[in-house]
Amino acid sequence: MGIEEFILKIESEFEDLKPGKMKPESHFREIFDWNSVNALTMIALVDCEYDVMLVAEDFQKSKTVLDLYKIIETKSKE
Amino acid sequence: MAFFSIPNTRIAGISTCVPKNVVANKDYKWISAKERELLIRKIGVVEKRIVTKGMTASDLCFESGKKLIEELKWNKEDIELIIFVSQSRDYLLPATACILQDKLGLPKTCLAIDVNLGCSGFVYGMSIIANYIAHCGIKKALMLIGDVTPLASYRDKTSYPLFGDAGAATAFEYDEKAAPMHFNLQSDGSGFKAIIIPDGGMRNYPTKKSFEYKSYGKGIIRNKLQIALDGYAVFNFSLREVAPNVRALLEKFDVPIDSIDFFLFHQANLLINESVRKKMKLDPEKVPYSLNRFGNTSSASIPTTIVSELRKKVSTEKLKMILCGFGVGLSWGSVYVQTDNICCPEIIEL
Repeated sequence: MGIEEFILKIESEFEDLKPGKMKPESHFREIFDWNSVNALTMIALVDCEYDVMLVAEDFQKSKTVLDLYKIIETKSKE
Repeated sequence: MAFFSIPNTRIAGISTCVPKNVVANKDYKWISAKERELLIRKIGVVEKRIVTKGMTASDLCFESGKKLIEELKWNKEDIELIIFVSQSRDYLLPATACILQDKLGLPKTCLAIDVNLGCSGFVYGMSIIANYIAHCGIKKALMLIGDVTPLASYRDKTSYPLFGDAGAATAFEYDEKAAPMHFNLQSDGSGFKAIIIPDGGMRNYPTKKSFEYKSYGKGIIRNKLQIALDGYAVFNFSLREVAPNVRALLEKFDVPIDSIDFFLFHQANLLINESVRKKMKLDPEKVPYSLNRFGNTSSASIPTTIVSELRKKVSTEKLKMILCGFGVGLSWGSVYVQTDNICCPEIIEL
């Protein structure tokens, strides 16, 4: 698993996101319309692809795509 | 885990009644067109049926029950048990099951119970009825089940677009040849706040404050007598618990997953249900949905999906099914059941 792969998966899940626009340092709340529906979609994506359960607090303490990715990495090792 | 098997009980019939009043989410003006489009796509609810003023879950259930008794040509005097599974009962007291016993013209020898469960209610209700039939000598029983949405605030985008109204009836009878039903039922009250109506019960008796509308975020305004959904908590719970519960059931009773004809999940929302389906690697053909036309009909969603999507099949074929309910409580469970040519009239509109 790598951050690039994670970004590709996000791009394929969120139709509104233009490919190539999202970078590891991108603030995910700014790069596309961040709302509760998209947050739940992200939880579903991560659960399905990485077998990791993101919770509301994970989003609260993350700003960038890389922050989220690091949480997924940490949780996947638990 | 609460695993158990119940023999000698067959499902004789299932019917569902929905209000005539169709409400389309494209007309949900409380949120922007863009948000609406995303919401419809993700929750999967295009339209739903909503009761008109004065109509209750028990009214829908009554119509379903009446129709089913007629279609089955059952003698009412033979019905010895009626349970009403709902979280939108007619009155705080008495039990709505008693009112329905009389309204349906069932004899005074009929035992009537209310069961206060929502999304898991169909599976739990089956376990109660099947136990009475298998172990208490009862030969014929009715489960009436359903909920209505006046419990949801129109100005709450987290709940109003999701829920629809329906009331179903399921008839059970003693049958020595019936294959056993296998159950796996679970609960976790630590998550009781995930789906809650905070006021109106004995813990928080209604006061003037209960009726005051408050904002809980953008597009979320409700009072304390209306349903509050913690989307994250419900979502995490569903992804964490549903698939393992079904897998454990199949494993415990040595049922090969490929032998199942249909998996009937509670119609929570498309995002949750598709995540569960993908986690379990289930063929889409085996996982029917009624969400798009009827929304999340709470306790009635499993029978409503059977009637709306599988009516011809269940009426004419022998099928192996997994039924799985999950939600408010938190409460969840699944049952493996074999059906055999069950009576399944077309959806009734009231």
